[in-house]
Amino acid sequence: MSQEIVLRVEEVSKAFGGVQALSLVSFSLRRGDVLGIIGPNGSGKTTLVNCITGFVKIDSGRVFFKDREITNRPPHKIADLGVTRTFQVTRPYYSLPAYKNLVVPLFSPRARRTGGWRGGGRLGSRDTVSVDILEEIGFERDSFVPYKMASSLPTGYLKRLELARCLALRPEIILCDEVFSGLSMSEMASMIPLIERLQMDGITLIMIEHRLRELFRVANRVMVLNFGLKLIEGTSEEVMDDPAVKEAYFGSEEVFSYV
Amino acid sequence: MKRRRGTMRRERLDRGIKVRTDSVYAVSGWPEMAYLALPRLVLILGLLAAPFIFYFNPYWQRVLSIICIYALLAMSFDFLAHFVGLVSLGGAFFVGVGGYTAALLNTELGLPPLLTIPLATLIGAGLCTLLLLPCLPLRGVYFAIVSLMFPLLASRIIEALNILGGTDGILGVDGFASKWVEQYVLILAVLLVLFGLRRLAGEDIGLVLRGVKDNDQAVKASGLNITTYKAIAVFIASAMGCLAGACLVHLYMWSGISQFALDFSILPIAATVIGGVGSLVGPVLGCLILVPISELLRDFGTLRIAVYAVILTAFIVFRSEGLMLYGSRKYHQFERWVEF
Repeated sequence: MSQEIVLRVEEVSKAFGGVQALSLVSFSLRRGDVLGIIGPNGSGKTTLVNCITGFVKIDSGRVFFKDREITNRPPHKIADLGVTRTFQVTRPYYSLPAYKNLVVPLFSPRARRTGGWRGGGRLGSRDTVSVDILEEIGFERDSFVPYKMASSLPTGYLKRLELARCLALRPEIILCDEVFSGLSMSEMASMIPLIERLQMDGITLIMIEHRLRELFRVANRVMVLNFGLKLIEGTSEEVMDDPAVKEAYFGSEEVFSYV
Repeated sequence: MKRRRGTMRRERLDRGIKVRTDSVYAVSGWPEMAYLALPRLVLILGLLAAPFIFYFNPYWQRVLSIICIYALLAMSFDFLAHFVGLVSLGGAFFVGVGGYTAALLNTELGLPPLLTIPLATLIGAGLCTLLLLPCLPLRGVYFAIVSLMFPLLASRIIEALNILGGTDGILGVDGFASKWVEQYVLILAVLLVLFGLRRLAGEDIGLVLRGVKDNDQAVKASGLNITTYKAIAVFIASAMGCLAGACLVHLYMWSGISQFALDFSILPIAATVIGGVGSLVGPVLGCLILVPISELLRDFGTLRIAVYAVILTAFIVFRSEGLMLYGSRKYHQFERWVEF
């Protein structure tokens, strides 16, 4: 794991009317990190992702990508730098087949610029490149699945499609907003190797999760949010032993022993 | 077979010839090719032959030209609304801008109609796109309201400032060289736009536009500037509207405020709904039905609009999916009643 810091968030605050969704949250990520963000419902996890990726304007604080300030830049410009995200509520293009969904990110300036085997154009059409990416993420090439309408795909595949959309951009960072939620145990089990693959490919990951057992398998650091405040950041053991975390997030010892 | 409620259900079966899978065409012989080509050929050859069919009836030849003008507008609406997600009520604005541009190019610069029409299409589309640019971040009903303001605003400004001929309009615009030129320019424009847009919708850039319609947040997250793509789409759609407007001006040999009338915004929408939304052929079909009906109803005098409204309502209530979707379902599937 290199020491290069790819993402730095400095004292970010965001309020929606009277609700303080985030207050003075700071953290930084090194290349290859997998940072898990956990916290109770409404603790500001998704807002943090929205703030970093430009979907929500930050009130105060700054966000840096490799020493380059990206605070409050438009979402497409942030994605263009390689800071990509998935959506908690999956957002496929329902009227298009799964593989045509990926043509959209492959059409983007970043995908064209970064080129290579994923860029499309040089090694076949965008259609063939998108089927390649889908195969990598778990759509069987020879089955009907990549060619089915996105509207008829089950949640497991839609979550994969979200990740595939990020991969099509050849990302530096992927912010995964609950990729495990709504999946069956077997779907989750097949998803974990994919996440590990991304990590090995040198992609930095931020994972918002409620599925702690699965998260702790892949995350090397965990950060806990509560009411928009950062409670603690550390390894999963450190975080779990923290009394403030037990108090705020788990409430009782029983859940903890399950983990 | 007599339908007994409760014990029978309607079963739908795909026809044996499998040529409809999206972007995969398994064409293996003449029957399949004919099956694919027949509906398209009926439309193309029918439109091309129409001026000859009405050879002895100049009135209906003129109606044919009007049908084509509305068809261009309806396709423009359908394209923006169902392939890009911008519901535009500004069809009349496109017509007006294209019309006035063509009239000015013709009367001031003395350019012939066959030059003014393409020029007005491009210049008008550029103008419309520029003016609509600030409204492009809007979505849904908000964009609809704002786009409705444009034709109203334009006609009031021309009236109040008495520019561009004021309420009299611009007179003395050249007509087409002949009836044949007029009709074939319009018919070819309709066919080119129809098949061109269908092709565009399947290209990569068309997929991006459809992505903007389905989910603009995901397009943003894909590193694409959605405003750029909306602007491209508005340029294409307004070019079609301006083309229609320019032809209209040369048809009537006059350009006036009535080109900003809301008929040009609303009737294409009605035609799109009747023909079937999101199919591009549907709007053309809708115009082929609605415009002649409106002409035939002239016998009713003042009751014309009332009868027209009843017909429109009946279509929407009983065939809300649109004729095109209904027709293609009948074409591609068998239906039969089976016992269960």
